[in-house]
Amino acid sequence: MATDTNGKHTDDLVLPTYARDDTSHPALHTPEYRSTALRNPQRPLHLLPQNLTEVTGPLLGHERVGEHDHDLTVQHEGEPLGERIVVSGRVLDSDGRPVPDTLVEVWQANAAGRYRHSGDRHPAPLDPNFSGVGRCMTDEQGRYRFVTIKPGAYPWRNHDNAWRPAHIHFSLFGRAFTQRLITQMYFPGDPLFFQDPIFQSVRDPKARERMICRFDLDSTIPEWALAYHFDIVLRGSRATPFENEDDDDDD
Amino acid sequence: MTNSPRARSQPTLGTTPSQTVGPFFALPEGLPWPDGPELVTEDTPHAFVLRGQLVDGAGDPVPDGLIEIWQADERGRFAHPDDPRGTTTSFRGFGRCATDQQGRFWFRTVRPGGLPTPRGEWEAPHIDVTVLARGMLNRLVTRIYFPDETRANAADPVLEAVEERRRKTLLAEHDDTGFRFDIRLQGDDETVFFVL
Repeated sequence: MATDTNGKHTDDLVLPTYARDDTSHPALHTPEYRSTALRNPQRPLHLLPQNLTEVTGPLLGHERVGEHDHDLTVQHEGEPLGERIVVSGRVLDSDGRPVPDTLVEVWQANAAGRYRHSGDRHPAPLDPNFSGVGRCMTDEQGRYRFVTIKPGAYPWRNHDNAWRPAHIHFSLFGRAFTQRLITQMYFPGDPLFFQDPIFQSVRDPKARERMICRFDLDSTIPEWALAYHFDIVLRGSRATPFENEDDDDDD
Repeated sequence: MTNSPRARSQPTLGTTPSQTVGPFFALPEGLPWPDGPELVTEDTPHAFVLRGQLVDGAGDPVPDGLIEIWQADERGRFAHPDDPRGTTTSFRGFGRCATDQQGRFWFRTVRPGGLPTPRGEWEAPHIDVTVLARGMLNRLVTRIYFPDETRANAADPVLEAVEERRRKTLLAEHDDTGFRFDIRLQGDDETVFFVL
């Protein structure tokens, strides 16, 4: 029988359990993506039980989000070059529940396919009016929204004439350490998918589709910006199956 | 019975796959927050610096990694509603540090308290770690334990489940300013990594 430091019994500690989702994710060792070779563990991973440290997580964010952080087109004196787009959607868990008040971070190349990063040597122009970094918080329905420009594709040296499909990087916290997710959002119909080992590292075609946004006419801003919708699904917790009986309203 | 709680609790949506953080997360104003490594200020009682190096399978430093940590406060408390023990804390508990050209990272923090588990066990003080880098298609997770917690470590259910000769990869070492914890992605002394 366990007691805490005050001598109180803790046998009744009840914690949420987050569903495993290993089949969604790429293998750490994916030889076609050459940089995985020296960076994937060779020994089997151990199972970490979901205890207090794992089912909690940083609920930070509001204090980190500035007024213009969600709009990557107004962060400088002038407007960035490129095709303006709205990217919006919801952060949900695999039980279909919204993940409210969670920090969403994004970063991306500019319209020419160049990152504002000293390590990016692609000879395409930098845009003085585009940093390529955004952040926002989801609302009570798990919704988020960014305004940005469509990133360009860019070459990398993984294989002969290798090009990354256009993508926006996303970082999600959810509400628990178990839910942390880093992913990339791709655009529908990109002709570069077939040769990209990072996109193809997700072997299940249905899972790959979950990384592709969809064109979203309803969210376009007439005469100003096109729009894409991208829902992000984190692992769900099954601790309170009776909660939230009402159906989700808008999927 | 078709409408059982268990049936209802099955996942209904496929999760979004993980992708690599890539080489460019450290854009200006990007993921490495200026205060990322500092969970506590320098003048906080018991504060120490935890340093380490991220090393790849060739023994070379990983200069484009991102290390994140998550831990309880000194009393073993989290600022989180899913901690059912009711006590709260103002401790941020979260740190984030990009590795430098030598693969080095650091955090200023305090030692977390031990934690009860739902099975009536007691976990030794530990820090959960996420490792992200170009060339890693999913995050890696490990745990940092403290070398001087001999009794608590011996009773820790997570350490106990790791084969004895590899347990040392989960133990920080004392150094001049606090502790050192290196992360080795491959090799004879490959760090123990977890799925959860």
